[in-house]
Amino acid sequence: MSEQFEPVIICFTCNWCSYRAADLAGTARMHYAPNVRLVRLMCSGRLDPTFIMKALSGGADGVLITGCHPGECHYIEQNYKAQSRWLLLRRVLKGLGIAPERVKLTWTSASEGTKLTKDINSFVEEIRDQGPLAWHKNLQQEKQEKSQHNPQQTPVEVTA
Amino acid sequence: MSKPKFAMYWSGSCGGCEIAVINIHEKILDVDANFDIAFWPVAMDAKVKDVEALEDEEILLCLWNGSIRNEENEHMAHLMRKKSKLLVSFGSCATEGCVPGLGNLFPVAELIDTAYTTLTTDNPDNIRPQTVTQVPEGEITIPAMKDRVHTLAQIVDVDYFMPGCPPESHQIAAVIDLVIEVLQGKAELPPKGAVIGAGHSTVCEECPRQRNLKAIKAFRRIQDVAPLDPELCILEQGVPCNGPATRSGCKARCPSVGAQCIGCYGPAEGVVDYGARLITAFASVIDSRDPEEIEQILDGIPDPTGQFYRFNLADSLFQAGAPAFKKNEV
Repeated sequence: MSEQFEPVIICFTCNWCSYRAADLAGTARMHYAPNVRLVRLMCSGRLDPTFIMKALSGGADGVLITGCHPGECHYIEQNYKAQSRWLLLRRVLKGLGIAPERVKLTWTSASEGTKLTKDINSFVEEIRDQGPLAWHKNLQQEKQEKSQHNPQQTPVEVTA
Repeated sequence: MSKPKFAMYWSGSCGGCEIAVINIHEKILDVDANFDIAFWPVAMDAKVKDVEALEDEEILLCLWNGSIRNEENEHMAHLMRKKSKLLVSFGSCATEGCVPGLGNLFPVAELIDTAYTTLTTDNPDNIRPQTVTQVPEGEITIPAMKDRVHTLAQIVDVDYFMPGCPPESHQIAAVIDLVIEVLQGKAELPPKGAVIGAGHSTVCEECPRQRNLKAIKAFRRIQDVAPLDPELCILEQGVPCNGPATRSGCKARCPSVGAQCIGCYGPAEGVVDYGARLITAFASVIDSRDPEEIEQILDGIPDPTGQFYRFNLADSLFQAGAPAFKKNEV
């Protein structure tokens, strides 16, 4: 190994807590690993498992979900929905041969800038230990092989 | 005047789609009256070389059923695409990979091992299929398995998609009627890439059962719930039912007679990943906030990956399980 593996991580943040925590981390000049790309959602309950699957199949090595602490959801109980989905999603990922640890859920309130940076940094290290998820590469490779011998066709018209 | 040509071909599938087409009863006479059957290995004798002899796009309508499991399937897919004007991905195998697609959870070598070394298989010499075999008369070949199952659209350009395992006969009849009307100039074809012969909503929409707020404390298998309430939503009774994410068009056949929807009509309109949508649907009805209790409830779904991707794995965002990407090491 010549270079250190730099994982790509997508982090879904809640508009009301963890995104504010990231804001706070920024204004307070706290540092966190640059491997993470934040995506702001209105609520962790908005998190469709499709987003996570799209991220993982599209090149991400890990996904971090952050939401308000239990009992503090802006929309009353949607973070609990996120929790159930995450637990079920982990089982499905395991069945597909993807380590469930690649998707993590943490609770962060708007004042917890320090906790968020700590969570992000430790998650980046965990994924670094896991190594790259080669999904995207495998799919891309196949796509290229396909396009080589299969030019796109134009729509057809049928007449009697 | 010669009639336009019709073809139907199967690849990696069970043959149920062919039966479903035959099952349109007297409508099959309309097919015969309006089309010249160029190639349909199940129903009539024609050879691949007959198809190769045709002009490009000489076949007007080709219904293709079956997944792309081996090299022959792939070769035929390219051939039928070249010779057909309208190529329809017919049935769940062609459209989504269906049950053959679940093979994508394992490397091919493991699939072959399982098939040739189970208790009920009498194979003392541990023989495996070979792609090339020498016999006194010369060399014979059988097509090699591909690393994983693909849908038809992942291999060639497809004009229309017709979901269902198999598509319902009334839907097939409606599609054949449509094509005949188009030929007579009485109707127009839907835009390329459209899903035909199916509804635009979910199975729940067609389901006659009563739906209330769902709050589930345990998932159970249908045989463990006795008796199942005949009026009430099946998912509400704790039995995993794939209706919330499955495309309508079957008139909710299974739930109407007391069986859960297993999702054979594939993802409903607008669903990107069928399994992901079902994760949302199932997780959201769990009546608990305690992670430990939720885990216990989820234990009631013994094989979530199989439950959510029984028909759809090859066409999902992941397309396959991790082991399938390992190269074929038979």
